[in-house]
Amino acid sequence: MSSRDRVRNWALGIWSGLALLYLFIPVFIVVLYSFNDNKGRFNFTWQGFTLKHWEHPFANHDLTSALQNSLEIAVIATVIAVALGTFMALALVRYGFRGKGVTELFVFLPLATPEVVLGASLLALFLTLHVSTGMVTIIIAHVMFTVSYVVVTVRARLEGMDRHIEEAAMDLGANEMTTFRKVTLPMIAPGVAAAALLAAAISIDDYVVTSFNAGQTQTFPLFIFGATRQGVPAEVNVLATLLLIVVLVLMGLNVMVQRGRGRRENRLSQGDPDEELVGFELAGASARG
Amino acid sequence: MLRLSLRRRRTLLPYLFLGPGLLWLIVFYAVPLINQGGVSLMTGNPEAGYTLQWHFSTYTDAISDYGTQFGRSVLFAGAATILDLIIAFPLAYFMAYKAGRWKNFMLLLVVLPFFMSYVLRTVSWQLILSDNGWVVHRFQDVGLLGDDGRLLASTKAVIAGITYNFLPFMILPIYVSLEKIDRRLIEAATDLYASRGAAFRKVTVPLALPGIFAGSLLTFIPACGDFINAALLGTPKQYMIGNVIQSKFINILDYPSAAALSFVLMAAILIGILIYARLLGTKALTEAAV
Repeated sequence: MSSRDRVRNWALGIWSGLALLYLFIPVFIVVLYSFNDNKGRFNFTWQGFTLKHWEHPFANHDLTSALQNSLEIAVIATVIAVALGTFMALALVRYGFRGKGVTELFVFLPLATPEVVLGASLLALFLTLHVSTGMVTIIIAHVMFTVSYVVVTVRARLEGMDRHIEEAAMDLGANEMTTFRKVTLPMIAPGVAAAALLAAAISIDDYVVTSFNAGQTQTFPLFIFGATRQGVPAEVNVLATLLLIVVLVLMGLNVMVQRGRGRRENRLSQGDPDEELVGFELAGASARG
Repeated sequence: MLRLSLRRRRTLLPYLFLGPGLLWLIVFYAVPLINQGGVSLMTGNPEAGYTLQWHFSTYTDAISDYGTQFGRSVLFAGAATILDLIIAFPLAYFMAYKAGRWKNFMLLLVVLPFFMSYVLRTVSWQLILSDNGWVVHRFQDVGLLGDDGRLLASTKAVIAGITYNFLPFMILPIYVSLEKIDRRLIEAATDLYASRGAAFRKVTVPLALPGIFAGSLLTFIPACGDFINAALLGTPKQYMIGNVIQSKFINILDYPSAAALSFVLMAAILIGILIYARLLGTKALTEAAV
């Protein structure tokens, strides 16, 4: 390696480090200010270390109920979106049918629609039909914009899958239903899990579409945005940090499960295990929301 | 008999699988977009309600009234996309070719900030850039800012915020396309006496183009419609088309012009996507979204 190459590699590494730092600065600040001993409403200047916000993270009633709403919406929307999306992905990968190309483009379109447009047009529909907005309309909206993410994620997993294993099961006398339950489903499970985590993350984080279709209902992001004028309470920082920790633990578990599977499969087949990082499948996440 | 029914089942199955999800998307995605076209042609007022009058001048009015905000959206989103490309390409290159066993860890780091609320991270930038903040004071010490210079509530802050928010959307597609390149092609180029630089320019970059395009689109489109950054980091002087649509819909209840504006935004973006799909196919895009 010439010295010029070494300089180039160093420059590249430093640039990459700075880019990652840029991504993390606001996250650090949020975590840091969850320990800020702030006087008064505003949590804008550092006034000393305290654990007081961590002692009663659920003290703020409005905030807690907003977070509860968000979690409830995320769970329901995720279940529906994963159910709908997984089957759509199966149809798109496994079958040839008329209108497949158009369907693929159509499923992709919501991903490429600005959120303002999604939110505004859905609200216009609800207004035209005189549907009052609230929890139900939020869930409808969240399913609508997460389902495409589910399709894309599960499809990627399906495409990487060896069809011969399913054929072998059928050859050995399993019918379609059994093959699906005992072979296909376990094999795409990591993809489905990743899709569910992704859908839940986007749903919990969504501000724009939700703000149009929420009516009087408060969610976590709506609460934060609403609080910006009077000062965001430090409990928000605490809860956001807690959410981040939960996600990290979930990701860690998923990686461990996959490693375990990989090792088992490796012992059985001597093939190389594909250890995908769930985080990677999660990539599309929530800059949208 | 049995075989026939099996075959019929196999032709029906994909539609059965697609049906529920597709129905959801048609009813809550496609129909609203079309309906919005109808709403945009209505006239009336919030009290008496709106009726369809085929009032096309809403469009010309909306475009002439809010041309500035449209232009600003394109400008800010374009600037953020270029900045993201400059930041993301070296990082993606490093992850794909130099990171070795740290590759997965770095990917995790790229994705992790996503799991903290988008609004909260933007509020966090508000704090970082605030007038009494550490950053502004240091900038003033060094002389980059005048004594009453500000970072918050400026065009710079809004563009920086948008750049920040959509950066991972640029990193990941570029990383995926770099990762997919067959290393032997680059070796072949150097074996054939191309310099490192020439191999990079003539082999690596062209093969990474789909990722660069996909990343740019995935950054530019949501950035165009964004209003959170302008609302939290800017002033009305930085408001983008998203802010106008939002306030017309939620605060002023002027549904027709809000609908017209979002219809125009959507149409512009759809045309862009169709051109893209014609040129490069949707595969790279949907892959990049994963």
